[in-house]
Amino acid sequence: MNAKTGITVLVQEESFDPCQLTAAHQATLDASKCGGIVTFVGTMRDYNDGHSVSSMYLDHYPGMTERHIEKVCQEAAEKWEVIDILVAHRYGEIKPSDAIVLVAVWSAHRANAFDACRFVINYLKERAPFWKRESTPAGERWVEHNTKDPAAEASAAAVSAAGIRRTG
Amino acid sequence: MNIKIRYFASMRDRMGRAEETVSVDGDAVTVADLWKKVSSGQDLPGSTLIAVNMEYTDGAATVKNGDEVAFFPPVTGG
Repeated sequence: MNAKTGITVLVQEESFDPCQLTAAHQATLDASKCGGIVTFVGTMRDYNDGHSVSSMYLDHYPGMTERHIEKVCQEAAEKWEVIDILVAHRYGEIKPSDAIVLVAVWSAHRANAFDACRFVINYLKERAPFWKRESTPAGERWVEHNTKDPAAEASAAAVSAAGIRRTG
Repeated sequence: MNIKIRYFASMRDRMGRAEETVSVDGDAVTVADLWKKVSSGQDLPGSTLIAVNMEYTDGAATVKNGDEVAFFPPVTGG
């Protein structure tokens, strides 16, 4: 792991403004070393799987959730040269357009920041123990699976079609 | 020995409880055997995820006194 990488994980019920959170966190860093910041903000849609959704409840596993997000960030810090990673994730009641998750990555170079940010959000969606329960006109329902990252799938398909073996 | 078991999301609804403590004879038991005990012998739904002491594992894992076992469906955060 890059020992200099800062990792901050916030799992909270309170809503947050991703721009304010990113700016406040950056104020704690030596931003003069950064060549770029890549952020991903996941927000709540008012529809899913063909139904309108009026609100959502996010369940989580206190303790395990934080542990796995930190682990994901540590893995990203081992794979790419990044200076700092901030992840914030809501639980509890969520309304359409609310921010659900923020991943912000500071790095000297954009490629590392993009790659690390994509890795963290994709892995977080696959491993971090959160579950969405949607309120729809037909009643409440648990979301059974996350949507796949189209870019990751296209990349995997292209690699497969080209017969390329991944080396890292 | 006593094992704490937790259920999340649709698994909590299915079981009708969020958590329970189960007493088991002996020094160790597999997660699969534990599931049979709490579910009256039902099969574990195929997509169920398992964590022991907050780390992912599978039904063959062995648990001991004081461990925390969790059963839950595929995750959907982010």
